[in-house]
Amino acid sequence: MSDLALLVEDLWVEYPARRGVVKAVRGVTFEVHRGETLALIGESGSGKTTLGLALVRLLPKAARIKRGRIMYYRNGTSQDILALNAEELRRFRWQECAMVFQGAQNALNPVLRIEAQFLDTARAHGLSDANAVRERAVELLKMVQLDPQRVLHSFPHELSGGMRQRVLIALGLLLQPQVIILDEPTTALDILTQRSIIEVLRRLRAQLDFSLIFISHDLSLAAELADRVATVYAGAIVEIGSVYDIFERPRHPYTLALTRSVPTVTGDMHPLASIPGSPPDLIAPPLGCAFHPRCPLATDQCKREEPPLERVGKEQMAACWHWREVNP
Amino acid sequence: MTIARGIIHWFRQTLGLIARNKVGFLGFVGLLFFIVLAFVMPLFVPLDKTSRVDKIYSPPSAEHILGTDFQGRDIFSLVVHGGRDVIVIAFLTGAISTLIAVVLGSTSALLGGAVDSAIMAAADFWLAIPTFPLLAVLATQIKLNDVWLLSLILALLSWATLTRAIRSQVLSLRQRDYVEAARSLGMSNGHIIFKEIMPNMMSYIAISLVFAMTAAVYAQGGLVFLGLLSFSDNNSWAVTIQLAWTRGAIFFKDSFLNIMAPVIAIALFQLSLVLFTRSLEEVFNPRLRTGV
Amino acid sequence: MMADPSLRAGDTSPNGDRPNAAEPSTPIIELDHVSRVFEQRRRRVKAVDDVSLAIQEGEVVCLVGESGCGKTTTGKMIAGLIHPSAGEIRYAGRDIWAMGKAEFQRYRLAVQLIHQDPYASLNPAHTVYGIMSAPLLQHGIAANHRQARERVRDLLSTVDLTPPDDFLDKYPHQLSGGQRQRVSVARALTVSPKVIVADEAVSMVDVSIRVSLLNMLTRLKRDLGVTFVFITHDLAVAKHFAWEGRIAVMYLGRIIEVGRTPQVINHPQHPYTRALLSAIPEADPRITRTKERLQLRSLDIPSLLNIPSGCSFHPRCPWFEEGLCEVSVPPLADVGADMRVACHVVARERAKEAA
Ligand SMILES: Nc1ncnc2c1ncn2[C@@H]1O[C@H](COP(=O)(O)OP(=O)(O)OP(=O)(O)O)[C@@H](O)[C@H]1O
Ligand SMILES: Nc1ncnc2c1ncn2[C@@H]1O[C@H](COP(=O)(O)OP(=O)(O)OP(=O)(O)O)[C@@H](O)[C@H]1O
Ligand code: SF4
Ligand code: SF4
Ligand SMILES: [Mg+2]
Ligand SMILES: [Mg+2]
Repeated sequence: MSDLALLVEDLWVEYPARRGVVKAVRGVTFEVHRGETLALIGESGSGKTTLGLALVRLLPKAARIKRGRIMYYRNGTSQDILALNAEELRRFRWQECAMVFQGAQNALNPVLRIEAQFLDTARAHGLSDANAVRERAVELLKMVQLDPQRVLHSFPHELSGGMRQRVLIALGLLLQPQVIILDEPTTALDILTQRSIIEVLRRLRAQLDFSLIFISHDLSLAAELADRVATVYAGAIVEIGSVYDIFERPRHPYTLALTRSVPTVTGDMHPLASIPGSPPDLIAPPLGCAFHPRCPLATDQCKREEPPLERVGKEQMAACWHWREVNP
Repeated sequence: MTIARGIIHWFRQTLGLIARNKVGFLGFVGLLFFIVLAFVMPLFVPLDKTSRVDKIYSPPSAEHILGTDFQGRDIFSLVVHGGRDVIVIAFLTGAISTLIAVVLGSTSALLGGAVDSAIMAAADFWLAIPTFPLLAVLATQIKLNDVWLLSLILALLSWATLTRAIRSQVLSLRQRDYVEAARSLGMSNGHIIFKEIMPNMMSYIAISLVFAMTAAVYAQGGLVFLGLLSFSDNNSWAVTIQLAWTRGAIFFKDSFLNIMAPVIAIALFQLSLVLFTRSLEEVFNPRLRTGV
Repeated sequence: MMADPSLRAGDTSPNGDRPNAAEPSTPIIELDHVSRVFEQRRRRVKAVDDVSLAIQEGEVVCLVGESGCGKTTTGKMIAGLIHPSAGEIRYAGRDIWAMGKAEFQRYRLAVQLIHQDPYASLNPAHTVYGIMSAPLLQHGIAANHRQARERVRDLLSTVDLTPPDDFLDKYPHQLSGGQRQRVSVARALTVSPKVIVADEAVSMVDVSIRVSLLNMLTRLKRDLGVTFVFITHDLAVAKHFAWEGRIAVMYLGRIIEVGRTPQVINHPQHPYTRALLSAIPEADPRITRTKERLQLRSLDIPSLLNIPSGCSFHPRCPWFEEGLCEVSVPPLADVGADMRVACHVVARERAKEAA
């Protein structure tokens, strides 16, 4: 496919821990196309952040990528980022793919003005023309609905959480990456601030040409912004498809349960379905289908054999033995 | 039977927790060594009291493994017998000052108001007095050869700082949601102090106690060294150092061990205490203990 | 009075006996012009400002609003854990801070608070049994440990921690966030409270666990007839929990709109409530992408140290009218349909309609 931007194949990531090995990412495969927005949703501890960090090779030292391939495509060339050396990696980050971390509002350097943070980032990647960088920064800050003159000369603590999040998004776009990853971009922000971030992302996507991967436990963010959605459970993608497929015709019992468990304010009161049991232990994930202890459709086969991610619709894949019986 | 088993389980678990931290475990082994040295060894090694003019500052030999001192006495026996009082005084001092601090500090924090102000004013006042000189003066007036009395007086040196520290610790724990929940459930003040707050302060208190002990070792050493304190039968590491010093041991190169053996003993003992605090964190961490 | 569109069959509305204005009965909790100011390094933070609210026995009232608007402070004042700086809080008609010792203790036990953070609200040094048996033994609800154990087992089953014996000897750190929150609730139930103030009780647990926790609380509300003050920043959660009750929306320390839940959710009056509701992203792509949004004039949330004059929402309000809104504080006025709204413009429009 010519419009492929990113391809991940059979990726496994582990963390050693006292009690054993945490299998945080277990055989993940997916692709992202140019200009597309993919949402990775799943509950806390399901391995979303670990997956995001692996895509830019910024995993903590302890983590091990056991297996897999991560390919970035641009202008007909491809790059296997698991094979890059330190120097190539540095260039790759930010220019090919930038990541805005979870809780990053607190990650800006507190003693540097915003302008200096833009200049430093640019310099670290070999852009030394300060005026050009400044111009670009002004342009980007306007795009994220901030007043560039005020913001550039402020220290991080002088800005609200939502403003800092927007600064980080602008900073991420500085080197015109092809792919940008946002980890929980609206978590811990107030509703009205969340709204402004959503609008900013929507506007940016219309104006610039990049692929967006965002990670969130908040399904409504995916409903707002995503073209495609992937459900992550116990370190694996259990379903992936268009946003309408996922919300309206889910084929995996977990996706179904998740979408039915979120209350909405618009519309009638419908009873909320609860998901029984508790999240899986990633050190010793359940055998067979990892969701089986909580699944209403589980059979003996589910307890023994792990279901493969298979095609269940035109552009929809699910990992469930009994996907045909899942009735939304 | 079950009680015995419970106790055994508790000991094994505690030992396991101590061993979790390598550095702390080293300190623990060091402390064990000193306890054996000071309390068991004296049963086997008699204190050498005879002066031998022919053997002044003799180097280590099979007979005297650490050599002899300025009077020709066996240094090893001095080291063995010099530990008991140092350790006992350190422990008593630490225990007394911590007890005072816990009682005053938590009263101050929990009652607040006038009581708090009074206790804090007293502590501030105490901190403003140059206590060590005061103690020195006191030592010349009262004969301080009673271990208990000495410990009590040394404890007075450090209660003020410790009380302040405990108070601020209690103040911060008092803000915890679970303490608020206990208040909401109408629990008594006693319950809140002893069941909600104290269990979460044990590691802090234990560590404070150990540091108070190290301070007490230095304080008694200082007093002895200045000649303000004497022990009835001259059996303390501090006394050994002081005698070696005043008899001019530092001027003889052969006298190196006479002065260094007790210095090293004190230093290693202090080091063991400090290292051991690392394990205390683990021992008192409820997360690491499972039910008996 | 509005009829409650009750969804679940057999669900008797706890507000069925809510008195009409004609026959007032004593509310179980009443806030009467309550304010709370915090002094912080010589700066005064007005966390709660002139809040009045009456809560009837068996009712569910949700306090909603953005971070820092004073929800927790209000909740803790209701539970008698924080003193108001001004105003009076009454329990069954009696000023709680004028009560004698014994009466205050009875009130204190009758109103229990569930904290937001399940990781901070249970003492790490005690087991579940230790945590829950302490109030039982202290207040003589259980005569001895054997009785206490029985009671603790019952309560753990009530909050769906089954089998209870698996949990009795666990320490909080051995439990998940959702399980801890259940223990918190069970602990509050030891003293058979009449009122539970649940402060963001479900905010910190995962989506997949949240619903079962909410359902459990709903069941308690129904089975035990407990009055609930449910604090949340999530209007969708408020809607689901308090559909048969009321919602009070707070902004910068004040209640700016209060009414029956279906009314507030479906026909909000105050521009702030409208903005909030329209801004909420929904977990349904078709709804959320076509929702009408109310634009604010400014995104900046004013500081509590420097509250705007007049209507504190005026710098952000799309309906702002100069010479009116920034001049005087709009009172929380009746606008019909059992709703009260603090907005000059809404009050004027309703008056016109009535005329
Ligand atoms: N540095 C680390 N060392 C060991 N284990 C880790 C480390 N970071 C994460 N983990 C474990 O890996 C698993 C996946 O964590 P990750 O942070 O990727 O989840 P997440 O889906 O992003 O969760 P959240 O929604 O809470 O951010 C978890 O079980 C976590 O405990
Ligand atoms: N003990 C205190 N001392 C000083 N200021 C306080 C104190 N408690 C709360 N405040 C301030 O009062 C305001 C209201 O706080 P409160 O916790 O009631 O808000 P909230 O609506 O519960 O917010 P959140 O949704 O973030 O929990 C905040 O600005 C807070 O900083
Ligand atoms: S494979 Fe079986 S257990 Fe897993 S989700 Fe499908 S039905 Fe449920
Ligand atoms: S009083 Fe004025 S500023 Fe305040 S909400 Fe109403 S219209 Fe807006
Ligand atoms: Mg994460
Ligand atoms: Mg709060």
